[in-house]
Amino acid sequence: MKSAVIVFPGSTDDLYEIASEVLPGDVDRIWYKESNLADYDLIMLSGGFSYGDYLRAGALAVRTPIINVLKERADAGQLILGVGNGFQILLEAGLLPGAMLQNKDLDFVCKNSNLIVRNNRTPFTEKYAENEVVSIPIAHGTGRYYCDQQTLEQLKANQQIIFTYQDNPNGSVENIAGMINQSGNVLGMMPHPERATSALLGSEDGLKLFQSIIENWRGNHVTEA
Amino acid sequence: MSQKLEPTPEVIEEEQIYREMGLTDDEYQSIVKIIGRKPNYTETGIFSVMWSEHCSYKTSKPLLRKFSSEGPQVIQGPGEGAGIVDIGDGQGLVFKIESHNSPSAIEPYQGAATGVGGIMRDIFSMGAKPIAALNSLRFGRLDIERTKYLFKEVARGIAGYGNRLGVPTVGGEIQFDDCYEGNPLVNAMGVGLIEQKDIQKGIATGVGNTVIYVGAETGRDGIHGATFSSVELAEDGTGQGSDIQAGDPFVEKLLIDACLEVIHSDALIGMQDMGAAGLTSSASEMASKAGMGMELNLNLVPQREANMTAYEMMLSESQERMLLVVKQGHEQEIYDLFEKYDLKAVAIGKVTDDQQFRLVHNGEIVCDIPVDPLAEDAPVYYKEAKEPEYYQEFQALPNYYPEVTDYERTLIELLQQPTIASKESVYQQFDSMAQVNTVVGPGSDAAVLRIRGFDKAIALTTDCNSRYIYLDPEVGGQIAVAEAARNIVASGAKPLALTDGLNFGNPDKPETYWAMEKSVAGMAKASVALNTPVVSGNVSLYNEKAGTPIFPTPIVGMVGLHRSLTDITTLSFKQAEDVILLIGKTKAEFGGSELQNLLEANYFGKAPSIDLAIEKQRQEQLLTAIQSGFVRSAHDLSEGGLAVALAESLFGTDQLGADVKLVGDVTTLLFSETQSRYLVTVAPDQVEAFLQTVAEATIIGHVTNREKLEITVGENTVINQSIAQLEKAWKGAIPCLLNSKV
Repeated sequence: MKSAVIVFPGSTDDLYEIASEVLPGDVDRIWYKESNLADYDLIMLSGGFSYGDYLRAGALAVRTPIINVLKERADAGQLILGVGNGFQILLEAGLLPGAMLQNKDLDFVCKNSNLIVRNNRTPFTEKYAENEVVSIPIAHGTGRYYCDQQTLEQLKANQQIIFTYQDNPNGSVENIAGMINQSGNVLGMMPHPERATSALLGSEDGLKLFQSIIENWRGNHVTEA
Repeated sequence: MSQKLEPTPEVIEEEQIYREMGLTDDEYQSIVKIIGRKPNYTETGIFSVMWSEHCSYKTSKPLLRKFSSEGPQVIQGPGEGAGIVDIGDGQGLVFKIESHNSPSAIEPYQGAATGVGGIMRDIFSMGAKPIAALNSLRFGRLDIERTKYLFKEVARGIAGYGNRLGVPTVGGEIQFDDCYEGNPLVNAMGVGLIEQKDIQKGIATGVGNTVIYVGAETGRDGIHGATFSSVELAEDGTGQGSDIQAGDPFVEKLLIDACLEVIHSDALIGMQDMGAAGLTSSASEMASKAGMGMELNLNLVPQREANMTAYEMMLSESQERMLLVVKQGHEQEIYDLFEKYDLKAVAIGKVTDDQQFRLVHNGEIVCDIPVDPLAEDAPVYYKEAKEPEYYQEFQALPNYYPEVTDYERTLIELLQQPTIASKESVYQQFDSMAQVNTVVGPGSDAAVLRIRGFDKAIALTTDCNSRYIYLDPEVGGQIAVAEAARNIVASGAKPLALTDGLNFGNPDKPETYWAMEKSVAGMAKASVALNTPVVSGNVSLYNEKAGTPIFPTPIVGMVGLHRSLTDITTLSFKQAEDVILLIGKTKAEFGGSELQNLLEANYFGKAPSIDLAIEKQRQEQLLTAIQSGFVRSAHDLSEGGLAVALAESLFGTDQLGADVKLVGDVTTLLFSETQSRYLVTVAPDQVEAFLQTVAEATIIGHVTNREKLEITVGENTVINQSIAQLEKAWKGAIPCLLNSKV
């Protein structure tokens, strides 16, 4: 298995460092000025504040050339995971529908949050049980998911809502914490699964997400072979 | 301002313009003697910032000499950007605390934000990866509108800057007292992790080597910031000086990433951040430390504004700038590295061997002064100290003993006091989990971070109870250090070393200087007794508004080491039937207590006493007990005493309660702030072993699953309250105060 984490100026290395620990095979840190994303089984967009989030969160990152390459890979069906700022970038890039607004009480909020797994029939969530409640921390100031009614109906009809908050901390529509694209290969989520990978730090509930991806990759490999 | 309009050297002397820059007549005369002529406007400005208290410690130096920085664990003591202690495996912990009080009083968001930025540059300029931020904040009463504004904006500033760096803000403390109303304190502590072989110094060796400027452009912000922070605020809250400097955490994040890459380049000779006094201090200090000189061409300095004068450029405190000295001929390598991060790196001068600090602007030499006297020879002042009258009055008072009738209500009111109440609403704004190492975040005795790849962790805390120091600076100074160490021990770590953030009023007032002298003496004594040397620090003086000083507030930032992850201990009770023990005897000590504040809205009498020998013994015994695996939870007793500590140990637990039986005077047992005490829980089958390890522990009850705090003294039930009610009071107090309109 080969994975990549795209890093923009202002992104953190948290996802890259943890992915390197929990995923088998190579995990490459791809600086945004590079452009080769072929040959990866998983492409990740990390959290942080790309370009300081000075304009809209993710708005400047999607103006970089690597995003066109990312879109190509998304169209080709490659697995793409965006966490926090990575989710915001996926929205700005149009790879996922809707937009992010400032949290309802306007402040940044960092805490553990309980999520409900709404759809476990995805390559990212198959190790979870449906409606399983998992503890995964949030840390964002712009995490209030918004979309129009029509989009929301589509999301529901297609079962694209993957994670919802148990106690909506930011005012997101329908408590949405994480969602997938229609083809089922691009997942965006505001909570940070990489921060829920150690019992010592409070939760290991994020591990199943990475394990689902690994299992999916193994399944594909057996089929291809 | 154009250079042509600057006063001539003659006018500067005749009209005593140097006084506006904060120089005294005597200091001006020394400068004339040092350079052998009258200084021009730029030179006068440069001397004035370098000889400000902020840069030269001219007033505090005699006191700072009392601190010991010796110890086998010390790798770097005071004198560089930050101190370093050994944490084994070739690793070091780099840390320092710094104040940003004056800017925060005027422009709280930017003041707090740039405080975080500045301390982080001190950390990564040493070659360390910043891994944690803490802050120690003091405000006036929270029912005043201006205080609410300052409090909210300071928190937002810390979050707005710190979160963008990807460095977790893991802890700190916030206290509220009237004396800080016009002069809030914002002290930020930075902590970094370093491979000892990567340690960098701010040094400019090698004649002909190139001086490179990196980072944000220089603007007119923060000119004379160092001087401004060394004078009292005017009555309207303003100070002299120019605009408050504004921060750009995005550029800082890029600087961190780039600088941590550049330390591995053989081309790098030295690196220092442009902090207080900006380009002036970084350049002259790097040259002075190396015994060299430096020549800079100011036309090459990246400038944000047009027509900047030499004076403005040299005194600007624009943020996010670093100064590097690199090997001649290897400049391109450095440019390429910074270019990768979209940062400007520009050669602006070279290292010389004539020990002169020479600046050229528009083809003219605008400054030519010997560098050593500038950086090293600021005058040292031995101020007059006088014991204030109130001190003897307080000492002569009979022991203060508060009248309490309703113990339950008193406990609830104490839990609602802003200094004790939950700060969760603030801490949640800080990204406390960035970098994915935070084992214990804000709101505990000490923050704990794992060191990935090793079976060890570090404990971090900031502490200072300034009320005790106000009542008795020497005893209070000892308590500040002891309490910090106690917090580290309660978390299961061995205290290693400390950084001091000394915040005081105007040292020209003998009573203020007396408090400085006494509190520093107390801290120095405790730091030696507890084997926690002082490896770095910061001094902030003139914290007064309209002539009223703050309480002397020497903040202690301390670090400790867990020898194994299994030693990590938290304050929360863990399991029903566990035995609750109190370590230490309780005396009726209420001077400076939270109960005195609640009942009298004032502080008087004697501070709690402390015996450093007992303090040390208990710390060692408790740490041994924790390392032996006997201890389920540990919490140091501080503001509010035992009753508050019991409640705090139950908050956030899974439906636990406590059944406590005590014998003696109720008010004293519940609320006294006697020092050197801990609350611990131990599994029933470990109690005997624990008692053999910790001499002065008494069994006071056990953990229940009744979700209530039940305390009986003698025959009487004095507290019988649901944890939910207590927690609601504790959690709701600060949001309630912030939302209420006066």
